[in-house]
Amino acid sequence: MAQGWLQIALFFAALLALVKPVGLYMARVFTDQRVFLTPLVGPVERLAYRALRVRPGEGQDWKAYARSLVVFSLFFWVALYVILRTQGIQPFNPQGFGSGPWDLSFNTTSSFVTNTNWQYYGGETTLTYFAQMAGLTVQNFVSAAVGIAVVVALIRGIVARSGRELGNFWQDLVRTLLYILVPASVLAALFLVSQGVIQNLDHTQVVQTLGGGHQFLAQGPVASQEAIKALGTNGGGFFNVNSAYPFENPSGLTNFVELLLILVIPAGLTYTYGRMVGSQRQGWAIFAAMSVLFVAGVVVVYLAEQHGSPAQHAAGLHTAAFDGSTGGNMVGKDQRFGIADSSLWTAVTTVTSCGAVNAAFESLTGIGGAVPFVNLGLGEVVFGGVGAGLYSMLLYVLLAVFIGGLMVGRTPEYLGKKIGAREIKLVSLGVLFTPLTVLLSAGIASAAPAAKKSIYAGINPSGFSETLYAYLSQANNNGSAWAGYTGFVQPHAPGNAGAYGLTFTDLLGGVVLVGARFVPILFVLAVAGALAGKRVSPAGLGTMRTDNPTFVFLLIGIVILVGALTFFPAILLGPVANGLTPGLF
Amino acid sequence: MRRDLLSSLFAVVILTAALGLVYPLAITGISQVAFPGAADGSQVRLDGKVVGSRLIGQEFKGRTFFHSRPSATEYSGDATFFGNAGPNSAELRDAIRANLAAYLKLERPYDRRLTRDAVPVDAVTESASGVDPHISEANARIQAHRVAAVRGLPLGRVETLVANHTEGRSLGLFGEPGVNVLRLNVALEEEAPLR
Repeated sequence: MAQGWLQIALFFAALLALVKPVGLYMARVFTDQRVFLTPLVGPVERLAYRALRVRPGEGQDWKAYARSLVVFSLFFWVALYVILRTQGIQPFNPQGFGSGPWDLSFNTTSSFVTNTNWQYYGGETTLTYFAQMAGLTVQNFVSAAVGIAVVVALIRGIVARSGRELGNFWQDLVRTLLYILVPASVLAALFLVSQGVIQNLDHTQVVQTLGGGHQFLAQGPVASQEAIKALGTNGGGFFNVNSAYPFENPSGLTNFVELLLILVIPAGLTYTYGRMVGSQRQGWAIFAAMSVLFVAGVVVVYLAEQHGSPAQHAAGLHTAAFDGSTGGNMVGKDQRFGIADSSLWTAVTTVTSCGAVNAAFESLTGIGGAVPFVNLGLGEVVFGGVGAGLYSMLLYVLLAVFIGGLMVGRTPEYLGKKIGAREIKLVSLGVLFTPLTVLLSAGIASAAPAAKKSIYAGINPSGFSETLYAYLSQANNNGSAWAGYTGFVQPHAPGNAGAYGLTFTDLLGGVVLVGARFVPILFVLAVAGALAGKRVSPAGLGTMRTDNPTFVFLLIGIVILVGALTFFPAILLGPVANGLTPGLF
Repeated sequence: MRRDLLSSLFAVVILTAALGLVYPLAITGISQVAFPGAADGSQVRLDGKVVGSRLIGQEFKGRTFFHSRPSATEYSGDATFFGNAGPNSAELRDAIRANLAAYLKLERPYDRRLTRDAVPVDAVTESASGVDPHISEANARIQAHRVAAVRGLPLGRVETLVANHTEGRSLGLFGEPGVNVLRLNVALEEEAPLR
């Protein structure tokens, strides 16, 4: 296990080293300053503003900002739905796939527009290369840029001492794409190809295997999607088994790099935040709170998975590690990742809203599997999705300031701005909307006879875990799955012939996806609007500090209190029930 | 509002073209020139004929080859899915028990000292990808006895081949070492062909 801990420690060290340079770079991008890419990208940027008919620098108040964002997302929703429903007439379709069913497409469209990438379908068996590129890859970029734009607007609201403006949505969008997401994706994609991730437009290869049979190898433009899938914390696999598939993630090194890509923007944004509010310590405090919760998760998964599962032990399998064998719960894990990298991946992609997987979540041990549940239950605030993680965490910060203020009996203030009743109402609604959506939708899905067909494991703790996780994941815009749960039946894979969606499951999921993405965004922008232009009073002796260990501790406590405790009873019924019994069912 | 509608419409068209066609096609073009082998799936050949991909495992049966791990998808490379066996599943227990018995039955005649406790976990459990190209070093060490005996090679020679086709941790640090089964079996066929 020592080598495994070393890998995990190295990963965290690499991440830590990237936080400052990346955060600093992003701060310069968001404050419209010159960066090293400006000579190259500047002309393209100006062209983009002209082409989109927007005036950069023209400030928008929170309502105008929100309106641009919602209209923009709505247009892309329609565009993606049309692309998914017109597969039969598309170019780059060597397999000759037709379109998938309408209800599945509704779910998939909602999933990609919300940066979730929840998938009931398998990419390689249902989608044309055109749909993967012009539909899904595009959404991977723009939904990530939307998330980042929202957090930047919120930061501006927190900082602004006069005026009501939060910046310009279109400018934030264009600059995020041109200066951050696109250049990084190009580099990452080429690196991934060099390591073995495929990138071509060929028909499925047929090979005569050594054993005398045939093997069909699906092809496609994988690396270009893989890069932004990680960087934008999207997580939707080109292949059904996502980053477990060697053509998406061929080695320990690609695994390491993909994990860094997933975390680098959410972690870097904490530094960007400190920079933009003028106090680096504020950013580090948030980073520290996130790191504590993240590291705790990694440790629990790794220990639990290394221990092995009740089913393995009951079968008489020896699960201790020895020379030449990883030991542990290797069910649903690949040898090149072993226990340590699979565990690290599980924690990274569930604290962030990435939701890519390199191991089968449903086969995790009970306690190891409880970690993704808790991470999602916390509301994706531990690094979280690009932008979405920090703006959700900042709501918790305001809540912590409010509760802390009540404890010491002073008017709550954050960075010199008084937090009033209006702000706290908006914050509470923003914080509570997603958990309520989860409990409501998972409750409906557990009770509705129409949802029974979606469950694979049957009526037992694993089956309940499938249902609960499906709605936790969709509402938190994560996208990972207890993958037995399905909304799509495909009798003749590959291809969509005879395939149909499970309408109830697809539609409930789609509504949850869209609601739990955009309603909190509106609350966040409303909070930003309420804070913008507030007078800043100088910090006095009685001001509660928000950049010291006490506050970090308070923040962690509030996150656990609100996030985890909401779901504690439900999580007990699922993974914890599995983890507490050696019995089989 | 009208301006938002107009800008959004242009954004859909321009971004779909730029990010959905120009970007992936440019990456494809560059990759095909710079990394042609990798971009097309890292093919493995035997006697000039493509027999698979270095990265995608295959199913091997019988006594003459090293065996890959059990798979939920029978090593499908065009329709992938997870096995989704839960940690407390009685079916999973039965499957592992059966795999364990089959493994011991196959290998024990060639390695009399092999005990149940020495069987590594990867040998009897299904992977995530369904096409895991690797087995653990311990797994390969056990199977080496059988392959050496069946192919009439000295055990030491087979162990050398195993070592040559063990892919270590990336940069010596990341991931776990594993023996690439397809490459190893191709090397065996080149060294001591059975057909």
